[in-house]
Amino acid sequence: MSLERVMPVGLDNTSDDPSGRQALIVNNNTYESITEKVCGVVEDPRIDKRWLAMFIVALGGLGMLFSLIVYLIATGVGVWGNNMPVAWGWPIVNFVFWVGIGHAGTLISAILFLLRQDWRTSINRFAEAMTIFAVVCAGTFPGIHVGRIWLAYWLFPIPNQMLMWPNFRSPLLWDVFAVSTYASVSTVFWYMGMIPDIATIRDRAKHPLRRLAYGVLALGWRQNARAWHRYEKAYGILAGLATPLVLSVHTIVSFDFAVSQLPGWHTTIFPPYFVAGAIFSGFAMVVTLAVPARAMYGMKDIITMRHLENMNKVILATGMMVGYAYAMEFFIAWYGGNRYEQFAFINRATGPYFWAYWIMVSCNVLSPQVFWFKKARTSIPIMMVVAILVNIGMWFERFVITVTSLSRDFMPSSWGYFKPTLVDIGMLVGSFGLFFTLFLLFLRFLPMIAMAEVKTVMNRPKQEESAERPEMAASLN
Amino acid sequence: MDSRITPSESDDPRWIAQLKDHDDNSEQELFAVVAEYETPDAVMAACEKVRDAGFRDWDAITPFPVHGIDEAMGTKQSILPWIVLGAGLTGATVGLTLQWWTNAVGYPFLISGKPMFSLPANIPVTFEVTVLFSAFTAFFAMLGLNLLPAFYHPLFRHPRMARYSSDRFAIVIEAKDKLFDREKVEALLKGSGSIANEVLFAPAKRAALPKVFHGIGIVATLATLIPLAFIAKARFTHSEKPRIHIIQDMDMQPKFKTQAPNALLAGLWGDQRASLLPVEGTIARGEYVADERLHYGQEDDGTFVTSFPVTVDEALINRGQERYGIYCSVCHGMSGDGNGTVNQRATALARFGGKGMAWAPPARLSDERILLQPVGELYNTVTNGKNNMKGYAAQIPVEDRWAIVAYVRALQKAATVPVDSLTDEQRAELQSN
Ligand code: HEC
Repeated sequence: MSLERVMPVGLDNTSDDPSGRQALIVNNNTYESITEKVCGVVEDPRIDKRWLAMFIVALGGLGMLFSLIVYLIATGVGVWGNNMPVAWGWPIVNFVFWVGIGHAGTLISAILFLLRQDWRTSINRFAEAMTIFAVVCAGTFPGIHVGRIWLAYWLFPIPNQMLMWPNFRSPLLWDVFAVSTYASVSTVFWYMGMIPDIATIRDRAKHPLRRLAYGVLALGWRQNARAWHRYEKAYGILAGLATPLVLSVHTIVSFDFAVSQLPGWHTTIFPPYFVAGAIFSGFAMVVTLAVPARAMYGMKDIITMRHLENMNKVILATGMMVGYAYAMEFFIAWYGGNRYEQFAFINRATGPYFWAYWIMVSCNVLSPQVFWFKKARTSIPIMMVVAILVNIGMWFERFVITVTSLSRDFMPSSWGYFKPTLVDIGMLVGSFGLFFTLFLLFLRFLPMIAMAEVKTVMNRPKQEESAERPEMAASLN
Repeated sequence: MDSRITPSESDDPRWIAQLKDHDDNSEQELFAVVAEYETPDAVMAACEKVRDAGFRDWDAITPFPVHGIDEAMGTKQSILPWIVLGAGLTGATVGLTLQWWTNAVGYPFLISGKPMFSLPANIPVTFEVTVLFSAFTAFFAMLGLNLLPAFYHPLFRHPRMARYSSDRFAIVIEAKDKLFDREKVEALLKGSGSIANEVLFAPAKRAALPKVFHGIGIVATLATLIPLAFIAKARFTHSEKPRIHIIQDMDMQPKFKTQAPNALLAGLWGDQRASLLPVEGTIARGEYVADERLHYGQEDDGTFVTSFPVTVDEALINRGQERYGIYCSVCHGMSGDGNGTVNQRATALARFGGKGMAWAPPARLSDERILLQPVGELYNTVTNGKNNMKGYAAQIPVEDRWAIVAYVRALQKAATVPVDSLTDEQRAELQSN
């Protein structure tokens, strides 16, 4: 019932005209066609060859990850390149990388919801799925990094025969609480958002087994308005809770570093800098996933060029924030007058890991600059390249922070050059296998677009249009 | 009489079939009247009419949340936010109390001299627990208030349900409403802009759960009790067996023990001993025995020496007294009466302790049998132990062992001296202590 003029619905909705609002869903879609498109993917009995090929590759990666984990547990953490003083090698780099990826999903689903950014509805479902799968990957690494992983339950305050409790003043313990809360709350948020759409799939299901499976998952949801009322309340509350939660998670991850006294880690800029970096990397991952998914499943009307362009704008903005943080770290190292801090930063840019530092800067700060131009923001190949570069750059950012600082600790006698082993590399690659296995299963079996939410931001059909169905009108008499 | 939806060509054949099936409603009772609408605006307008007619047991079905419908239906604000607030406050309290109790009370944990409990360090966890409680409560309270999960509902039998969760809208007025009068309700809905009205029948009785499920339910419930029973047994019984040790950690170290065979070496040295013999003609440090009497306390023929191989003077006895105090007195007592603190404690334990607890008391050193032993035998006892007493060769160097023996002799002497043979001065001195 908006009074604003809605622009004529065409295929290109990227232009902005202050006199009206651009349609978020293009190409004359109706409620019904949205249902058909989204459910069609899940209901299609054929198996898409491209999907199958990707799934097999992903499964291979997952298998590699699992075998390497078994090898690690059976042998010990010596199979990694980690060694004093670089006790946090690739496993922790990978952890921070994955947990950061997750943040964009929550940003889209919660923060953009609170800010009433309607365009989020087209992408929030699979961005949230991405969050959860990324957190699964993230959680794996500190889990196996504890060494004797059969004692990992010591991380939690469980009454035990030793009458001992964890140290609640340690950032590492805060991290346990933050990441596990984040994982479980994101899962609840994601699942709750999916219930109405699963109910739609259940109602359309023809095979009794499908009805049963989706019926159980839908928990008996009936799309009734009184339930929607409470549902929307709960959804708003969850968004309100998830927003500070997501900010707290990467803040606390940054505390893992910032609360210690190592030069290059011990800085107050870390929390905002980490959060911006997390959102930056997460949006890059959303673009990396959205572009192929929308092409493969014919979702271009729902995930329109405008959506992609908006995400690219976010990448540009957060990329600049990250660049500002890089510069500010150097400035403070000089301005603070601490020799060790200065050494740590000069060593980052010019020391043995200079290559990692400059990969980071060029991927994260320079590459998104092309998004100042609309041509680049709306070009599929360019945005794919930039998004992948940002993913790479953000992995290197965590590498630079973790490894350069640790490898040059206070005692020059223990300085060294960290080298990953094949197991390190295999586990990073394998974690992508885990991520994509889960993500591909999600695309195939769950509604990848929040249908019910998308329908709320579509142009409402006019009342008069019902006259177009004379046979229905006739049946009334 | 029912204003049934007449199936048209364009409709899904699936629901036409269902509709036919649906017509057979013997043994069924009227559940509700369902009216269908094409647009959100139409259903909203109709909701206002139904609301104004005063119905209570009715609802609208919309494939997505329609904004403004709450007012149109007169839905009251949900109490959900208050429940979540309560859960959040509980979470904050639990989080904070947990940290305070575990780190400041239950297991006081001193880290770098920081306070045991300080709010700033405890904020992150308190925050996370608050969010955790609130979020889960928001979800489960939403389900609970909506009476979900509910895997059966008469509406699921409605052939148009697939449309109501896709693109059509409906109003359902249930027969259990006090104001329900089928004709009036149908008239009301017909006049509300609906494109079709439909009466929905539901079985008078809910179908019973198939018998197998009862069986499965019982077995599953019993099965869950099994682990609980084991836990309860472990909690309330006493076991002498060592704790189950699944992961051996450092208890399991693949290596060759001194006396174990090592097949690998066989080919190289023709011998399977894990520890190689010393090179012929060499002697390891500290293993050279220059004086056998001193070292073993034995003569060449294996009998115990009867005289000290070291010079016995006051210094030696003083040294022996000191060493005796350190190594022997805990069991044998300061005076050699065999009642040191270990003995006292063990005797007490044996008295009150559980079954299977046995204690062989340390010898009284002034026992006649021991008095008669040559010094070499005493030395041997200290070195190699005797019956229940272990040897002290590993802890006490040779000279100190002789010093202890000399002191034991002094103790024996002190314990066996007849009182009459003491001078008055000596008696006075003893009594003054
Ligand atoms: C842990 C307790 C303990 C300590 C410490 C200990 N003993 Fe004993 N000792 C015993 C016990 C028990 C016996 C009785 C052994 C038996 O006959 O089963 C014993 C017996 C003896 C005997 C008598 C041996 C015999 O021929 O029957 C002598 C002598 C003796 N200890 C001397 C010493 C001296 C000297 C030391 C200090 C170096 C010492 N003990 C330290 C527990 C101890």
